[in-house]
Amino acid sequence: MKKSQRLRWQAAAIMTSALLGVAACSSSSSSSSSSSSSSSSNAALTASAPGITPTTITIGSHQPLTGPAAPGYSEIAPASTAYFDYVNANGGIYGRKIVYKYLDDGYDPTKTASVVRQLVLQDNIYALFNGLGTPTHLAAVSFLNSEKVPDVFVASGCECWNAPSTYPETFGWQLDYISEGKILGQYIKQHFAGQKVGYFYQNDEFGQDGVKGLDDEIPASMVVSKQSYVTTNVNIGPQVAALRASGAKVIVSFSIPAFTALLKLGMLKLGYNPTLTVSDVGSDPITLGGLLEAFAKQAGATVNGNQLTNGIITDEYLPALSASDSWYVLFKKIHDQYEPKAPLDGNFFYGMAVAYTFVQAMLKAGRNPTRADLTNAIQGGLPQGPMVAPFAYSSTNHLGVTGAYMGIIQNGVVVQQGSVLTTDTTATGPITTYTGSEEQAPASGIPSASS
Amino acid sequence: MAIIVAAIVAFLSIKLNAFRDFQIAEIAVEVTAVAGLTVLTGLSGQISLGNGAFMAIGAYATALLLLHLNWPFYLVLVFAGAVTAVAGAVVGIAAARLHGPYLAGATLLLGVALPSLALAYPGIFGGDQGLNVVFTTPAFLGVNFPLTRWQAWVSTLVALIVLVLLANLAQSRIGRTWRAVRDNEVAAALDGINVAAARVRAFVVSAASAGLAGALLAIVTGLVAPGGFTITLSIALLTAAVIGGLGSLAGALWGSLVIVLVPTYVTDVATSQGLSSSVGANIPIVAYGVVLILVMLVFPQGIQGGLLRLISAFLGPDQKSRTRRTAPTPHVTPSADQAPASQHEKEGFS
Amino acid sequence: MVEFLQFTLGGIVFGMIYAAIALSLVLIWRGTRLLNFAQGGMAMLTTYIAIEVIYKTHSYWAGFVIALVAGLILGAASELTVVRPTAGKPELNSVIVTIGLLILFEGLAGIFFGGQYRSFPAAFSVTGLKVGGTPLGVSRFDVFTVAAVLATTLILAVLFRYTTAGLRMRAAAFNATVARLSGIRVARVLTVGWALAGLLGALAGVLVTPSTFLYPNSMDAIFVLGFTAAVIGGLDSPAGAVVGGLLLGVGLSYVGGYLNSDLTYLVALGVLVVVLMIRPNGLFAGARMRRV
Repeated sequence: MKKSQRLRWQAAAIMTSALLGVAACSSSSSSSSSSSSSSSSNAALTASAPGITPTTITIGSHQPLTGPAAPGYSEIAPASTAYFDYVNANGGIYGRKIVYKYLDDGYDPTKTASVVRQLVLQDNIYALFNGLGTPTHLAAVSFLNSEKVPDVFVASGCECWNAPSTYPETFGWQLDYISEGKILGQYIKQHFAGQKVGYFYQNDEFGQDGVKGLDDEIPASMVVSKQSYVTTNVNIGPQVAALRASGAKVIVSFSIPAFTALLKLGMLKLGYNPTLTVSDVGSDPITLGGLLEAFAKQAGATVNGNQLTNGIITDEYLPALSASDSWYVLFKKIHDQYEPKAPLDGNFFYGMAVAYTFVQAMLKAGRNPTRADLTNAIQGGLPQGPMVAPFAYSSTNHLGVTGAYMGIIQNGVVVQQGSVLTTDTTATGPITTYTGSEEQAPASGIPSASS
Repeated sequence: MAIIVAAIVAFLSIKLNAFRDFQIAEIAVEVTAVAGLTVLTGLSGQISLGNGAFMAIGAYATALLLLHLNWPFYLVLVFAGAVTAVAGAVVGIAAARLHGPYLAGATLLLGVALPSLALAYPGIFGGDQGLNVVFTTPAFLGVNFPLTRWQAWVSTLVALIVLVLLANLAQSRIGRTWRAVRDNEVAAALDGINVAAARVRAFVVSAASAGLAGALLAIVTGLVAPGGFTITLSIALLTAAVIGGLGSLAGALWGSLVIVLVPTYVTDVATSQGLSSSVGANIPIVAYGVVLILVMLVFPQGIQGGLLRLISAFLGPDQKSRTRRTAPTPHVTPSADQAPASQHEKEGFS
Repeated sequence: MVEFLQFTLGGIVFGMIYAAIALSLVLIWRGTRLLNFAQGGMAMLTTYIAIEVIYKTHSYWAGFVIALVAGLILGAASELTVVRPTAGKPELNSVIVTIGLLILFEGLAGIFFGGQYRSFPAAFSVTGLKVGGTPLGVSRFDVFTVAAVLATTLILAVLFRYTTAGLRMRAAAFNATVARLSGIRVARVLTVGWALAGLLGALAGVLVTPSTFLYPNSMDAIFVLGFTAAVIGGLDSPAGAVVGGLLLGVGLSYVGGYLNSDLTYLVALGVLVVVLMIRPNGLFAGARMRRV
């Protein structure tokens, strides 16, 4: 063939394939409700939903950043931001950067109602991510659902997020408190049969649901005392004295870390040394150690920070914070790079893990997702990622992780005892051993799009 | 006057976006509550740090009535106001002999303690999670009428009605009685005024306003939970009343605008500067505290007082009759607790 | 019976903390006829200063002393800059100004020290004391707490009663105009009053924070109960502040132990209402004078 003719053929071939490619891309991006992601990685990015532009995905959240509920919880959103920064620096989600805008609600439901409306109506977020708190999120959930905004991975263990018919946009993430109570209860029933058990719980939905779960498993004859506390009153001495008076040899505590620490100090004050079992919410060894460390720094002290947390029994649905775990290694790397000043404790780990799950869901939702694409992606099931047990997500179940393992704190780390156990929120639902294995963290630190 | 304002608000709510409608509703709620408080504290001289508790009563009454009896909203509103008025009477009677800091302490503790009733009786009040409130646009408006606009209209309407009623009360004999009691209780009693009755009446009016505001808050936010009625709310109401201008109904509006809009505005500015979360979240708080201090130092009569001074300065001395409508300097801690030169007090440190 | 003892002793410890806050409020009320809503916030700030000193110098007592000094300075500074200008203006203005100070302090603490919990050390061991084999429910540190508040109260009482400076302060509170005519620098006396109140608040802060952990809002609940104690005892009476504090501390301890901790504030409200209905100016109020 002559050179000029060959060139003309090549030009024609290139132009034809380009035209075909453009036609294919435009037809795939115009199909809005189909959920499968286009396998062609050359599809143009469009503004396929509110909050999505060709370059960004904007999500929002309400978090207690100030006020009495802020300590501890205010670490979570910066941790999620750190993970999103890492993803953004490594290609983003199909090239889009995640913009995470979280606003302070001071744990006040009235303020939550206001900031959520601001996020949806003014800032046009694509989805509400990880809204924190039960009473606060309850003030937002009806609005989010009526506006059809995906309300994903609520930071609360209330089973009320599992309402696919009334709240189709809402999904939980963490282990719900009833299931947690059942798992802890079964352990106590099996390991401390016949002994006297006392409850110490926060008098709100968190503690009350936990007690519900415990009562499903622990025979009523074993329970000799149930003491509750409110976060507005730090003098829990009377409750601890009442527990001691009841003769309880095992205490189960559904408490936040501050009150777990106060419980431990109260026990010290009374020379009372029962076995202490604590909900995952209040048992992070690093946080507890930090709260108790000042009592270890006294001259002539007979107490030591780690010594005070040794032997505490707890449950965990995220891997232990030890260098032998691939997730810890990954998250520590990101932490050291993006938020080095924050402590790498349970709350920080939580923030990064839930951000990871969100990235997985967004990747599954497709290159040009609508809001429905996200909720459909979650309902289709998500891989467990850093969680030790599978998610329950389906079209009929919007709860998150289904189980946890039991562990004992030793030298500031939770040491796993036995296998991962899974269960549900019903009173008679069985607790079964999970035979699957933990997923390893991906080498790139970013979930793969195909899962 | 009220009709003009209503028309302006209706126009704005159509022009502005849904979030602004929500803010209009929020401001209307605050104005209703602050107006009642400014009457109580400014006109009758009784400080209350617990009007948030009255808002809670109104809100819970609304939620319970809608949940269990499913009454139409206007009926619920009236009933909630009535229930709270009764509560106001109870508090007023209990507080009738209290003055100054003792009244402040009692009402402060009321504001702190009352929401915990909801936790103590979770079966009725929903505990920590609260009660849901469902509020929809009425059928005659059609399907497409935005809920936020309807909420704004209802709230503004109620707020205007309350303001008109309070303004009439303030100008009436009852209002004059309040001022007399505030300025000099003994002289008022000598004049034949039933001081205790006047004070209780003021509490009833203030509580009823707060109860109506609570009812509006319930339908606007959709959830009634104890976390929404902390002492922060009561303090915000008092702050709004004083900053706006104590005793002045226009001041109630200025004060409400400040407490609703300033924190949001400062948050927006802070986050747009990209500050870290622990710093950025606290900037609005620092700003709020600074605003409170500055306004009190620069405008001791509140914004309304400051405005009137500016207007009178601008218009010149022959217009001073126009500025007569401010409340005179309110004395909240009446004579028994002051330390003027002519008074003897008990002695000694121990 | 043992529990009753434990509830009582534990209640006394918290009661002394409330008494310290109540005393600081009484000091300011007697001197300036103002309510200082920022008292808890000041105590929180001085406690933060203390923890920073403790961490840098590894000495608890250095932090303790510096906290008290910081309390003096902070109290005086607040009075001079922010409260003084409200003199002669409507009384509520000073209330709003001190509320503004409180909010400002909490915001500044959040910015400079972060919003997370900080552990605060106790001066002595927190292990419980026992008599025979029975735990009393209090520790050496608790005993120190009670002793420290009592000692400070007594020192202040002696100061007021037996020194010239104290006489000046009493005179200024009794009748400011006559005191001025006698050559007393009333303005300076007022500042000293606020400074001492700041010291009391700082003391309460360091003593109670091991039990509350340190964060910007840690003194809020303590302040509410301290204010209640002051009102119960009578804002003009330092003895009333101590009695009110003990009454509240012990009473609420019984509520937590025998009833339900949910009812704590409701019971406190009940106690307050009962006391005020019988004596509208507090338990230790003197005869009520009214200007005619």
